[in-house]
Amino acid sequence: MILNFRNVYLDNASTVCGPYEAKGPLSKNFDKKYTDDLYCKEKSFEKAEIRLLEDSIKILLKKTKLTSKDIDLVIAGDLLNQITSSCYGALNLKSPFLGIYTACATSIEGLLIGATFIDSGKVNNALISCSSHNMSSEKQFRNPTEYGSPKPMTATFTATGGASALLSNKPSKIRVVNGLIGTIVDFNQKDAFNMGAAMAGAAADTLYKYLTETNTKASDYDLILTGDLGKYGKEILKDLMLNEYNIDLSKNYNDCGTMLYDLEEQKEVMAGGSGPVCSALVNYSTILKDLMNNKYKKVLLIATGALFSPIMLYQKENILSIANLICLEAI
Amino acid sequence: MTNKKYDALVKKHTPKENKAKYALIAFLVGGTLGLFGEVLIRIYIMLFDISRNDASTYMIITYIFFASLFTALGFFDKLVAKAKAGLLIPITGFAHSMTSAALDYKNEGPIFGVGSNVFKLAGSVIFYGVVSAWFFGLIRYLWEVLS
Repeated sequence: MILNFRNVYLDNASTVCGPYEAKGPLSKNFDKKYTDDLYCKEKSFEKAEIRLLEDSIKILLKKTKLTSKDIDLVIAGDLLNQITSSCYGALNLKSPFLGIYTACATSIEGLLIGATFIDSGKVNNALISCSSHNMSSEKQFRNPTEYGSPKPMTATFTATGGASALLSNKPSKIRVVNGLIGTIVDFNQKDAFNMGAAMAGAAADTLYKYLTETNTKASDYDLILTGDLGKYGKEILKDLMLNEYNIDLSKNYNDCGTMLYDLEEQKEVMAGGSGPVCSALVNYSTILKDLMNNKYKKVLLIATGALFSPIMLYQKENILSIANLICLEAI
Repeated sequence: MTNKKYDALVKKHTPKENKAKYALIAFLVGGTLGLFGEVLIRIYIMLFDISRNDASTYMIITYIFFASLFTALGFFDKLVAKAKAGLLIPITGFAHSMTSAALDYKNEGPIFGVGSNVFKLAGSVIFYGVVSAWFFGLIRYLWEVLS
């Protein structure tokens, strides 16, 4: 079901990134960079992630000239167990808080919830945050951070950063048009080193439903952007859309995971970036700017999340995935 | 779209890993490590006038020390990513797995952190090593009793 929004605007956004992202092609667009310290001056990677999220909130408040008292609702999520970074990172705001989780689809889930709250008139604004940290994720989902296990080419690299956006009912340059909450899909994928393959099916499902229900074509949008499918997942999606639904994505489609890093130069990222903040870093730093500068008029942002649990995978279950979609328009 | 059709699509867009190349790297790196180990054993025998058995224990300790040190200094994981099984299968990989786990959990303290996580990766190796040693010991014992 399409969620239509009448009076919801994306006021401003902020991005903070780590060393690998600072070396990437979008580096100049980020508000704050920890260029050489993965610990971000903290004692642990978990605390570093909290700091990244906190930093992004502080920068956003400064940019929008608001104080924490002005924020009606905070919605945040991340990858760590008990969405730790979000809870600790939002502590100092002292605003009503909603914690959310759909893995790497979290940022758009937050925008959809926030936009719905504003559209209903319950709140005037909502601050949407997310974060991820390469090392804290490695530690939780894979191997110890200093353990150099060989990875296949399809593996993706969790982005390090914090990103926040402010939704408001006050008109600004970018309007939130509508969106689609994704459904959980299962395409029988079991390879934890090929998340792109697990998520491409979810992206296709959401995009096809959206285009059908809004009765629009892919070419009606200046840009269709998926979250973190990576180099190979991107090809799966393009192939799937063309052969299954006859929708051509060759002209105006890209994937944030392949944009955040220079895949030729930064070999350590393998197939590209991932993590909740991957799409948020690209969307909030670069795509919003392009919308404000009228380079794009209307874009579809699809954040893709692999709802991956190591425990369920060890119990021989599949990797589930979901994709949330939001449509932004420059006015 | 059926799962079967989707699987075919995923397979089509999954790059082939160059297994022959990885095997060759592992063979060369592992082999060099073995060769160097033999050199170390000879040196230890000459220097300390000890038995070959003792010298090979010293060699193993040397490898464990350097693998752990390089892990702590933060560059061993990059070497492993390049050399792959060549560094992971020898004793260096075992030391690397323990040191990296210990480093990762130092913030959680000595009991709930380092102590309970240091064998996170190496635990399986030790457990199944002990179990299989017990079975092989039993087989050998029965063999001797029967013959």
